[in-house]
Amino acid sequence: MKRQIPLMFVFVLGFLMIIQFFIPHEKSEDLASFLLDWIVIIGIFALALGLWSLVRVSWDKVKHRKPNWQYSVITLVGLFIMIFFGFDYFRNFFSAEGLDNYMYVSFYTSIVIPVQATMFSLLAFFIASAAYRAFRARTVLATLLLLSALIIMLRFNPYLGPIGPFCERTSVWLLNVPNLAAKRAIIIGVGLGMVATAFKVILGIERAYLGKD
Amino acid sequence: MKNKVFLILCALLVGAFMSVSGQDEGTGPPGSPSPPAPASDVTAHVEIEGNQRVALVHWRLPDENGVSEYVIMRALTPEGPFEERGRVTAGVDRFRDILEMPTDSAIVADTMNTVDVVAPAPPTGVVVADRGNDHGHAINVSWDLSADDGTGMDNVIIYGIYRARGEPDIFLLQGEAFKGDSTYADIGSKEEHLKNYMPDHVDYYYKVRAKTNQYQPGQRDYFYKVRAVAADTTLFSDSETSIMDGTVFSDSEIAGPVQSYGQWFNTDRLSVLFLVAGFLIVTIFFIQKAKGGADLFVRRLAGIEAVDEAIGRATEMGKPILYVLGLGTAADIATIASYTILGRVAKKIAEYQTGLIVPCYDPIVMTVAQETVKTAYMDAGRPDAYHQDIVYFVTNQQFAYVAAVNGVMMRERPATNLYMGKFYAESLILAETGVVAGSIQISGTDEISQIPFFVVACDYTLIGEELYAASAYLGREPLLLGSLKAQDYAKAGVIILTVAGFLAMIFGWEGFRDFFHVTN
Repeated sequence: MKRQIPLMFVFVLGFLMIIQFFIPHEKSEDLASFLLDWIVIIGIFALALGLWSLVRVSWDKVKHRKPNWQYSVITLVGLFIMIFFGFDYFRNFFSAEGLDNYMYVSFYTSIVIPVQATMFSLLAFFIASAAYRAFRARTVLATLLLLSALIIMLRFNPYLGPIGPFCERTSVWLLNVPNLAAKRAIIIGVGLGMVATAFKVILGIERAYLGKD
Repeated sequence: MKNKVFLILCALLVGAFMSVSGQDEGTGPPGSPSPPAPASDVTAHVEIEGNQRVALVHWRLPDENGVSEYVIMRALTPEGPFEERGRVTAGVDRFRDILEMPTDSAIVADTMNTVDVVAPAPPTGVVVADRGNDHGHAINVSWDLSADDGTGMDNVIIYGIYRARGEPDIFLLQGEAFKGDSTYADIGSKEEHLKNYMPDHVDYYYKVRAKTNQYQPGQRDYFYKVRAVAADTTLFSDSETSIMDGTVFSDSEIAGPVQSYGQWFNTDRLSVLFLVAGFLIVTIFFIQKAKGGADLFVRRLAGIEAVDEAIGRATEMGKPILYVLGLGTAADIATIASYTILGRVAKKIAEYQTGLIVPCYDPIVMTVAQETVKTAYMDAGRPDAYHQDIVYFVTNQQFAYVAAVNGVMMRERPATNLYMGKFYAESLILAETGVVAGSIQISGTDEISQIPFFVVACDYTLIGEELYAASAYLGREPLLLGSLKAQDYAKAGVIILTVAGFLAMIFGWEGFRDFFHVTN
């Protein structure tokens, strides 16, 4: 019974949402909107569980002085400082106005955003190292990849002289024919795979999300 | 030292209180009378009625709490001075202002200069009908082009589509169509608080205006605004100022009444319904076939076969396995497929008594993953080895999450990293850090733009649909294999339909193309 009720919900609501896709009427839209609102509601409750998980794991590391426990101290301090400054204590405690708090905004714009931008910037260097490994011409296919990449990169060079038009034409062909064909094949496969997985979930064949496969 | 820390904390607290208290904007003492909300979206345009010209002023009613009446005011410049033209009671949202002929010499001269502007021929044959296959609140308008659009005087510049609600009295501009266009979809909103609210099952009348965009002879710029006045006439609020629309034009006949309404079936999606139903039937057929004991061949998936090897390696090295579910939500199909793989992997890990680390980006995903891993450990007969900290929440900030996972990789040096699910820009950062940490890496995602990154940085990659197939491949259960087989046949069906589409276009079978044309 513990498994049957959730499976029944999934079956009924899954088919309801499939049918809803074919019904454009306002009532159908309202129903879909109502059901999708539940994702937000569940998300809010789950966030509390998430925070509890983070605090428990971090606190456990600090308490037992596990290796690198100092990072957990930073995590906890950062978490509680942002929560502390996220409230408007003197006017509307339960409103979102605390998010305009000077300290909250300053921490966010001066620490969180630059740190995240730094992480994102690392991507440039990682692309270079990944490209170096990918373009080593060890096999015929790897050589083809290297040549294709060279042609496409050369295309953006303004000083190519007589081979410029060749690079332009070839790179456009590479992008629009073999590359696009492969992409579309993957998209079709992904689309069918998604529908098949959705059916498996709705029909109760795929149950891993219930904690049981 | 303690005193210093205490002082710093006190300073932070004072700073916080000062910063929040500094936001008070001083809105005045509570309870003092306030003016009513102003009218919004004031529009004014000219209509010719017999031998006189009338400015039709319309506005959107505000929250009328406290409004006694509206005063309609007009000026010759946006700055004023505004003179009162009339009053209407609360609840009325329109006013007819009869325009007098100008006496000002400058205006007369202006009139003389533009008096030879000729209005184009009106559009004819206006047809209005509910816009099909939608949720209602929309009307399709079509018309025959003006005789002066592209031919004749060729002086039509634009068409204005006007709508009146209830009675064909006051028409308001809903939108414009370029010269040469003969259709317009008047799409309103179902939300009452929005400006373009358009209720269903109400009579609407339409007319189409062919405009030349020349100055109306004998007309000058008028600026209107509407003042919402409370019973206490010292309390009022003015709307934004609106300029009167006055172009040379000619109107079509009035078409209507017509009502908008929602449909109960979207016929444009009929092909999708057929394909989904067909796919469902094929899936059920193969599931039944698999249940009957048929041997269904599934090609080798190197990435999945490597999972066992990777777990074995981790066991030998005495190092944990890192499983990343990606940035998807619990509703993403890729994440659902990832749960299944996680369940299988966790079961093997429990059997081999290896460590598992699952940092999560989404709290709902974390909750489901915890349940999946817990069940896997129980199935493996090792419930004692499970603890809640195996699966934990980190953050739902993309790059903060990446930083945390990279930190785990560099500190814990996991033997194997598994990336299964939905990934975005973080895919390469994660995978390259895994390379630096010396881990075996297996990835799988349905995000096409991230697949190349995983291919170059990981040892094995499940490409697109292989991620969904992995669970069936790992379990070898007939029910799952049956659906996998159905996918293969569906792909064959797509190829056949693609070829049929080529042929249809070559031979001009438009019906075939139209059947598969799906609108949103």
